[in-house]
Amino acid sequence: MTRGFIRHFPGNLSEVKLIVNGVEYEFDLDPRTTLLDLLREHLGLTGAKKGCDHGQCGACTVLLDGRRVNSCLILAVAQQGAEVTTVEGLGTAERPHPVQRGFLDHDGFQCGYCTPGQICSAVGMLDEVKQGRPSAVTTPGDDLLSDAEIRERMSGNLCRCGAYPNMVPAIRQAAGE
Amino acid sequence: MTATVGTPLARLEGPAKVTGAARYAAEYPQDDVVHGWIVQSPVPRGRLNAVLADPTADAIAVLWHGNAPRLEPADDPELDVLQSDRISYRGQPVALVVAETLEAARRAAQVLQLDITAEEHDAVLRADHPGLYTPEQVNPAFPSETASGDVDAALAAAPVTVDVTYSTPALHNSPMEPHATIARWAGDDLTLYDSNQHPSGIAATVAGVFGLEPERVHVVTEHVGGGFGSKGSARPNAVLAAMAARVVGRPVKLVLPRQAMFSLVGYRTPTIQQIRLGADPDGTLTAIDHAAIGQSSRILEYAEQTAVVTRHMYAAPNRRTGHRLLRLDMPTPRWMRAPGEAPGMAAFECALDELAEKLGIDPIELRVRNEPAAEPEGGTPFTSRHYVECLRTGAERFGWAGRDPRPRQRREGDWWIGTGVAGAIYPTMAQPSTARVRAVGDDFEVAIGAADLGTGARTILTQIAADALGVPVDRVRVRIGDSTLPKASVAGGSSGSASWGWAVTGACRQLRETGGDEAVFDTTELIEKQETEGRHAFGAHFAEVRVDAVTGEVRVSRLFGMYAAGRILNPRTARSQFLGGMIMGMGMALHEEGVLDPAMGEWMNHDLAGYHIPAHADVESIDAAWLDERDDQLNPMGSKGIGEIGIVGSPAAIVNAVWHATGVRVRDLPVRLDKLLCAD
Ligand code: FES
Ligand code: FES
Repeated sequence: MTRGFIRHFPGNLSEVKLIVNGVEYEFDLDPRTTLLDLLREHLGLTGAKKGCDHGQCGACTVLLDGRRVNSCLILAVAQQGAEVTTVEGLGTAERPHPVQRGFLDHDGFQCGYCTPGQICSAVGMLDEVKQGRPSAVTTPGDDLLSDAEIRERMSGNLCRCGAYPNMVPAIRQAAGE
Repeated sequence: MTATVGTPLARLEGPAKVTGAARYAAEYPQDDVVHGWIVQSPVPRGRLNAVLADPTADAIAVLWHGNAPRLEPADDPELDVLQSDRISYRGQPVALVVAETLEAARRAAQVLQLDITAEEHDAVLRADHPGLYTPEQVNPAFPSETASGDVDAALAAAPVTVDVTYSTPALHNSPMEPHATIARWAGDDLTLYDSNQHPSGIAATVAGVFGLEPERVHVVTEHVGGGFGSKGSARPNAVLAAMAARVVGRPVKLVLPRQAMFSLVGYRTPTIQQIRLGADPDGTLTAIDHAAIGQSSRILEYAEQTAVVTRHMYAAPNRRTGHRLLRLDMPTPRWMRAPGEAPGMAAFECALDELAEKLGIDPIELRVRNEPAAEPEGGTPFTSRHYVECLRTGAERFGWAGRDPRPRQRREGDWWIGTGVAGAIYPTMAQPSTARVRAVGDDFEVAIGAADLGTGARTILTQIAADALGVPVDRVRVRIGDSTLPKASVAGGSSGSASWGWAVTGACRQLRETGGDEAVFDTTELIEKQETEGRHAFGAHFAEVRVDAVTGEVRVSRLFGMYAAGRILNPRTARSQFLGGMIMGMGMALHEEGVLDPAMGEWMNHDLAGYHIPAHADVESIDAAWLDERDDQLNPMGSKGIGEIGIVGSPAAIVNAVWHATGVRVRDLPVRLDKLLCAD
């Protein structure tokens, strides 16, 4: 177990245990710390990005107990014992996750700043599809991975570079693996 | 050796970007780092008399003009941060709080009390404002006004005329990575990890502000999460972080909150444009008049070159272009992707569509009929101009033939369907840069202080270097994103590949010829000798939209761009860049709008929930293609810039398609559904 601590918080620190990318951590935390800031500022896991800090862009998307979430909207202390997977935990340059490979194969990014969030979101989304969960554009019997479905399901993740058209085939490729 | 330029080499930093390993400015670990938070003025005009810090707020330092270190005056007055009590716009930095943690810094900033004397302000751009004036020049150094022939007489005599006023709203660059700096001093040496489009330029600017020799400032800009013009010069975050780091004697990290980006990093000025066209019945233009109004702030004259594009586009014997500007108690507008061309062509290409309707001529034919043989103003020959081919080939691929020119004819279920076209143009520029190449064993290291904002610059420069050296790409390592490397021009004006590629080509060829270990090549002299007129990339955009007859919702079913943009250096990254520009153009046509609150002097919708940029679901069928063009008069690669042309004209193609679908001409962008419903 790795123990982290936060300097100089004047109030009471809160204890929290988290499993991040398979490693168990125990922190004494400033209770105001968001999951995103914990990852970026205290664990050095800067793969999750901060684009807005308000749940409006999706750049901070990580998997929390397997579900995609905006980590900027989550207070770390509220996630006692949870398992967090960030983009760093999905794959490596040598052994990329199928979604990461899809993004590479289809040029699914430009500046790359939205990309870790897009990738984590796509991983979470594909799992939702596997569970048969509908989206806002689903009519029963539809292909849950049609272009329109992928676009709808990924619309919580903004990309100012406009790399969207290449992400659709990237995600479809990953879904087939 | 087969050439690698022109092949779809995948982005070299791709694996780092998809695994989260690529480091952006705020992500460099620093021992003992502290966090800064900007306190912004809550009023648009006034004076800051004092600040009162809450002692429980746990700040290490609170800087304001009463205690901030004095700086050397900067060329850009916006960098004279915390130097005076004067407040010139809402959102201006009036204090900086530094604390041990991000949470503490934010809290201390929130509870900082400001003693301010507010003054009356004026925030609204309008065409009848008495303060409008003609600036001496427009961005970057064009004459404000041009005229030839007699426009008024020609308009009076023209059998068919159009006189329309279009307006475009304030638009916000909104790169996904906020502007950010980590500043660290060691004696008089300053290191900045900074998100920007021009590491060499930022180093020089920040050095000037702190009265240092330029080489004492080291700017690291390895990866940049987009800029779209807003990171072209040093922003206040760079200076504030450096100032705070000096005061507290520790590294300071300063990231702009998303909301602050709506006032602190520039925006595209709103414009009001009057366009008057006169034509013969056969469609020959006899007069063109394009008069544009824009705004700037009290502290800096930024004059967007909105009507300049009209000087290059179509033939007409009588012509006039002009700009007027209004200074307001508002943040300073600055460059946003295709400044000038984007709003200018959004309006002009819509006006041309109105003329086509009046004439009863196909909008493509109307454009073809007014194709100039040389620059319409000045007569400089074009190095290459394949605009007509873009229109014709694009029309074929898009399926334009057989289009019913009448509006509101095609209905499928609840949807009205329409198609539209618009031209595109962007100047081809190159700016002085220096590159160095070294032989390292069997390999080569190329160095240039360029920046890759997601354009693919790192990859393309590697390809260019490999071909110039005559070796495979895996024997070339390109280093960019660092101000200590040979000086490069800004990643802006779609000039990066041309400027840097030229320097890299020069250095590599020199090394090959001399056979030494190292070569350095500076393009300054070559570029100063170049003609600047008559050099443009061209294109044509085609859109198909459907408009919900009940709700007025607009969907872009198809968007297609056909370009003649010189030699395409990497078709994979080029296609992405074209599409990205077109998607931003879609935002400009349909979604994006800084909504002003006149009472507060502020963009009301200053976040990504209120300011809608295109999302996945907005983008349906979209594609880009290009003609096989190569223009060897421009630079050794025969290339033209492609980063901006996608947003030029694509908004007009969509707006024209909306008219074709519905019969409604929306002349104030964006096309919101209420404008379509209320028009009925
Ligand atoms: S940073 Fe969390 S949604 Fe934008
Ligand atoms: S790749 Fe730049 S924001 Fe998506």
